Amino acid sequence: MTVGVFDPQGPIAGQERDLIVLAIGLMLLIAIPMLILLYTFAWRYRAGNKKSADAYQPDHVGSFGRQLLWWCIPATLIAVLAVINWKTTHALDPFAPIPSSTPPLTVEVVALQWKWLFIYPQQGIATVNWLEFPARTPVHFLLTADAPMSSFWIPQLGSQIYAMSAMQTQLYLEASSTGEFVGKDTEINGAGYAGMTFTADAVSESDFNAWVAGVKASSSAPALTMGAYNALAAPSAYVPPAFYSSADPNLYDYVLMKYMVPSSSPVMTGMKM
Amino acid sequence: MEHFLLGDLTWSALPHQWFTVGATATIVAGLAVLAGLLTYLKKWKWLWKEWLTSTDPKKIGIMYIVMASVMLFRGGLDAAMIWLQQAMSAGNAPGFLGAAHGYLDANHFQQIFTAHGDIMVFFVTMGFFFGLINLIVPLQIGARDLAFPFMNSLGFWLYVAGAVFINMFFVIGGQFAGSGWLSLPPLSELQYSPGTGIDYWVWSLQISGLGSLLGGINFVATILKMRAKGMTLMKMPLFTWTSLCSMVLVIASFPVLTITTLLLWADRFFGMHFFTTTAGGNPMLYVNLIWMWGHPEVYILVIPAFGIFSEVVSTFSGKRIFGYVSMVMAAIGITLLSFLVWLHHFFTMGAGADVDAFFGIMTGVIAIPTAVQIFNWIATMYRGRIRFTTPMMYFLGFAGIFTMGGMAGVLLSIPGADFELHNSLFLVAHFHTMIVSAALFGIFAGITYWFPKVTGFTLNERIGRRAFWLWVVGYFVSFIPLYILGFLGATRRLDHYAASTGWQPLFITAGVGVLIIAAGALTQVWQVIVSIRERDEHRDTTGDPWGGHSLEWSTPSPVPYYSFAVAPEVDSRDAFWEMKKRGWKPGPAAPGTYKDIVMAKNTGMAIYLSGFVFLGAFGLVWHIIWLAVAGIGGAIACFIIQSFDEDTEYILPAAEVERLDRMAWERNK
Repeated sequence: MTVGVFDPQGPIAGQERDLIVLAIGLMLLIAIPMLILLYTFAWRYRAGNKKSADAYQPDHVGSFGRQLLWWCIPATLIAVLAVINWKTTHALDPFAPIPSSTPPLTVEVVALQWKWLFIYPQQGIATVNWLEFPARTPVHFLLTADAPMSSFWIPQLGSQIYAMSAMQTQLYLEASSTGEFVGKDTEINGAGYAGMTFTADAVSESDFNAWVAGVKASSSAPALTMGAYNALAAPSAYVPPAFYSSADPNLYDYVLMKYMVPSSSPVMTGMKM
Repeated sequence: MEHFLLGDLTWSALPHQWFTVGATATIVAGLAVLAGLLTYLKKWKWLWKEWLTSTDPKKIGIMYIVMASVMLFRGGLDAAMIWLQQAMSAGNAPGFLGAAHGYLDANHFQQIFTAHGDIMVFFVTMGFFFGLINLIVPLQIGARDLAFPFMNSLGFWLYVAGAVFINMFFVIGGQFAGSGWLSLPPLSELQYSPGTGIDYWVWSLQISGLGSLLGGINFVATILKMRAKGMTLMKMPLFTWTSLCSMVLVIASFPVLTITTLLLWADRFFGMHFFTTTAGGNPMLYVNLIWMWGHPEVYILVIPAFGIFSEVVSTFSGKRIFGYVSMVMAAIGITLLSFLVWLHHFFTMGAGADVDAFFGIMTGVIAIPTAVQIFNWIATMYRGRIRFTTPMMYFLGFAGIFTMGGMAGVLLSIPGADFELHNSLFLVAHFHTMIVSAALFGIFAGITYWFPKVTGFTLNERIGRRAFWLWVVGYFVSFIPLYILGFLGATRRLDHYAASTGWQPLFITAGVGVLIIAAGALTQVWQVIVSIRERDEHRDTTGDPWGGHSLEWSTPSPVPYYSFAVAPEVDSRDAFWEMKKRGWKPGPAAPGTYKDIVMAKNTGMAIYLSGFVFLGAFGLVWHIIWLAVAGIGGAIACFIIQSFDEDTEYILPAAEVERLDRMAWERNK
């Protein structure tokens, strides 16, 4: 059992955890005194409390100054949070590269019904529901979908992002140490939604290279041709990890373009009326 | 020919799964018992003449609340089914009833949480608020009826038709939408969701949405044009103010929902491409549009509750509300801001840092007026004489829980945090916190508070407080685990999860919480039964059982159907509070002050019209074109006939008003 968001294993997740803790802390600065005041007053001014009976002031409706104070207290907090919001939103922009001396590894991600296809364009291999990558190296994800909208999330590494048909989103993540992390879809996308999980396995640089070579050489890993892809893209749930020793270099672009083709597209069949 | 007559209907559409057979049997048995009872007691005519065809906002309000209570039971059952599935479906535990995990297969589970969300939002929370606003707002502003009595009846019956329609799939079709309460495309497009589930979803929302829009227009017109003489806007009670804000939101946002879902339906029915992934369609448009309605919608659900709590806090603190102008400004501020934040529902779509940050900051800004309201409630209690009645207890529970949920909301408004919490159970815990604490607790507080005004007796306080504690404890036991699960990386809407996640104990704990909440709800039913039995001990003889501040408390309880024997005049805020200071005593008005009253006649036309709309929608779901044409044509015909009916009012003569007024006060002596 892991503690997910509070057990970050990479710089993005780490910053996000710190941001969550900071924001909660700042809000508690106002919330705690406010609630103490609320319940103290409720008890202190209860009917029948002899000590406060003389204090009763039914027409006490306040002043402009008091109201100004009321507006300024939360406004100050929100102003501080707004600054934090602006800065962190830009710092944590999923599309923004992670500063690093190591060049990023590119992984093309295709959300399918109901599994994740990972294509490694630089290595020329592909996997399903298994994401192997070197630790301490930024990973540049390019994401699209051949499925209903899905959301790609590895809680211990940080930010999630949607994967959508006919569109490409991007995400940079990095693992600061080796280890296996759980990845998942967070957006309801049909019957196999709950089983659309994968393993994100961060390994050392050399282990990664050995793994790539192993997949390429493996006799049990077929080639991901267009035909193999179309079979893979058919709906299936709780799919165990699978490996492909080669991947059609145009596959990702094909998936991306598939939905941009006008009316002759194969997905147009099945229309009623 | 067969397709012309029956469209896509086949024998397989009849109930055959355990849940459709069970639900259909329950519905049929329930209706049979009801019909038997009405026949046995010879109450059919009474029901039709006194209730169903009534245009009296008080009766319509009560009918809204009854219907919403029934739907609360239905939506609560869904919640229990969701939790049961999640509590038992970890890892490789054997499934039941043919399911691979737990006892529900994934499709069925997804339909249940979709129905749960839609029912709780459209038919429970909105139903209760429309009911309470119907009951109380006209009384608070000194009006006898709404601006458009027939339209009010029509709005209510469209709401009923929508509520029946969302359950129709049990009887015919066997399949509801399984795409989440907002049915985002492309999942909700024909390509990924064939069948009639989504169409049932679209049309139940279309029908009830039309009803809500009519109600919204009616309330805004009523509040703006029918206030008592002297009641300027800034003298209105706060519940009226927040109702006005909420109804302005209804008018501004519901057309967006109607159009958006209609376009989705056009995609499905006519093969158009508004939101498809192909041929130039764009699902992101739908996501934007639906949340342009959806975010104002959540404020439609909570702003009226702020007004209820303002009334409750000031009444039970024995003080006038602190910072009235600020409270009004806060409500208006929240109303306006609610249209500027919709994108925070999908920061993870990749709109870019500038856009995300803008919407995030705007969302945070909403916390300011919200906090101001809480400060003013605290200041209202300061130097008060607080009575811990059930409504006040609900306020105190609300304030703590809502603050926590609000913090969770501000946290989610920061994109960097949202990237790690979006679509997780943390989000689910957040919005349930807001809806349970503000909307539901507000509704419970409001119903308890105004119950004597409507029925003439107060609810049993001891049982009421017991129900309150069960709800509060149940809330914490069921939703704190969800906050934790969200941090652990658990996503929403899971029908199954790996045992290695270690989540099961937390899901089971949440399930125990549901049982406690259910006990709370049953206690409330028990409270109503006991209170009716003991009604003679709890009679409200003064019309003002709590020491209220606004005009509704100047009428005898139960409030007569003409509401005010003599139209009230107002010259200050807290009008009734001032009247009492000046020596007002409960009792009939002075002889000679009575005038003839123009009253709206009852009409069954709204029922017929809604029936036609229902049939038309059914025809559209099943592609039965003649039925769709007949249904829509019939509805238009009803509308035209009603428009030409000039005989919609009658006069209640002054002498009769005087007699009734004396009787109403006499009875209470």
